[in-house]
Amino acid sequence: MIELKHVHKAFGSNKVLRGVNLTIESGTSMVVIGGSGTGKSICLKSILGLVSPDSGTITLDGKDVTNVRRSERDSFLARFGMLFQGGALFDSLPVWQNVAFRLLRGSLKRPKDEARTIAIEKLRRVGLKKEVADLFPAELSGGMQKRVGLARAIAAEPEIIFFDEPTTGLDPIMSGVINDLIREIVVEMGATAMTITHDMTSVRAIADNVAMLHDGVIQWTGPVAKMDESGDPYLEQFIHGSAEGPIESVR
Amino acid sequence: MSWFFAALAAIGRPVTRGLGTLGRLAIFGGEALSHMLRPPFYFKEILQSLLSVGYFSLPVVGMTAIFTGGALALQIYSGGARFNAEAVVPQIVAIGMVRELGPVLVGLMIAARVTSSIAAEIATMKVTEQIDALVTLSTHPMKYLTVPRVLAGLIMVPLLVGIGDIIGILGGYVVGTKSLGFNPAAYLQNTVNFIEARDVISSLIKGAAFGFIATLLGCYHGIHTGRGAQGVGRATKSAVESAAILILAANFLLTSILFSL
Ligand SMILES: Nc1ncnc2c1ncn2[C@@H]1O[C@H](COP(=O)(O)OP(=O)(O)O)[C@@H](O)[C@H]1O
Ligand SMILES: [Mg+2]
Repeated sequence: MIELKHVHKAFGSNKVLRGVNLTIESGTSMVVIGGSGTGKSICLKSILGLVSPDSGTITLDGKDVTNVRRSERDSFLARFGMLFQGGALFDSLPVWQNVAFRLLRGSLKRPKDEARTIAIEKLRRVGLKKEVADLFPAELSGGMQKRVGLARAIAAEPEIIFFDEPTTGLDPIMSGVINDLIREIVVEMGATAMTITHDMTSVRAIADNVAMLHDGVIQWTGPVAKMDESGDPYLEQFIHGSAEGPIESVR
Repeated sequence: MSWFFAALAAIGRPVTRGLGTLGRLAIFGGEALSHMLRPPFYFKEILQSLLSVGYFSLPVVGMTAIFTGGALALQIYSGGARFNAEAVVPQIVAIGMVRELGPVLVGLMIAARVTSSIAAEIATMKVTEQIDALVTLSTHPMKYLTVPRVLAGLIMVPLLVGIGDIIGILGGYVVGTKSLGFNPAAYLQNTVNFIEARDVISSLIKGAAFGFIATLLGCYHGIHTGRGAQGVGRATKSAVESAAILILAANFLLTSILFSL
């Protein structure tokens, strides 16, 4: 279980998170929605320790993650997989070595052939052909890079996976494939997932629970089934994508 | 009086900022050295760095050294002629190249070629979240990115300096024998007899120090880049600028230490 309590984070005068409270039960799929620039990515990064919150606590299974000891940091991070919003592929390495990065070094290291086989299998699951394996990231389209990033996030079969806008920039059919994949990972592998998306179709396909981030706090959170009758004006405006409502459309 | 304090503050501010950066740099360098001694070691990355810092810098180093050695021979010949000392060309070329110009010019060429590319590459990795991705994949950026590069600087730049010294002397030899009328055998004999072991050792020590500075500053400025393309540009500029200045400052310091012993 991941728990964020009163998490604050500011960059200079830009107060991004202003007391975020959020709970993600193990083995469930949480989807975070909210306008761009509201701090969704920062939320994920705080849990991973890539960004340190100014105040508040973040716990994983009851243990504080904000000051994990150096010696435990590797085993802590080995439990996670992360798809970055921009893909964040290593452009000096071919696609398959990106996907198999964790399997080629460190505690999860295995023979090269085996790592390559796993990489190709993961690429297949995100809808990419075997031929892509030996290309370099710069030779792929944005949507393909995203899918390679997704393959890398799931390659070592982590128990907790973060997806930062997994379907942004993909065509509707490929989006459907990725949504199914994320759902599958949660149901079959029993993983805990936290997904950021703007796409309401994705929300309905992926989520057990939904949280909406606005003005630095979680405005509404609850099961996806209750999303439509939440009565929350912010959430309703977001779901219907209307320009009228409490969320200012000029920012 | 207030203008006086304003002027003092204007001088003081960049100085304190510079000292702060120097302190952070020292900590960064110490961290890099300590990670160098502790596993895991990324051999493939180390090998790649050895090649890109060392082997692929050979053409630039060779060109720089041969032209400098040649020009040096001409200058000393015409300068020496003013007091009938044309004969010292082989000795002065040798000592000038080995003690001073070899290490400094190779160091500056490395700053131009290697520091810039390290800074731009690591800064781009930072702004495209590749450094964050490394961390989440349980790989320490210090070990994976900085250690191989700094290690390559420490190992390869002294070698490059040694090669630059030899090629520089060769440049002087070519000019001396082809256009200044020196006897080839005597030129070489004079060079070899004159150079002392400590000249060569000091040359190599300077090479190691400059290699360390050049690679470390590339990594430091790359890791601490600002955001966006503008950040990458600024990081690269600062890296090359500060590496060149630190190399020249270190050269002065090392020269005064090494030759006062
Ligand atoms: N490293 C950083 N330095 C300064 N500001 C940042 C940094 N990272 C993010 N921000 C700011 O934090 C806010 C939230 O960013 P982010 O979490 O990426 O938004 P999103 O909800 O679209 O994922 C933005 O206003 C962004 O400008
Ligand atoms: Mg984001």
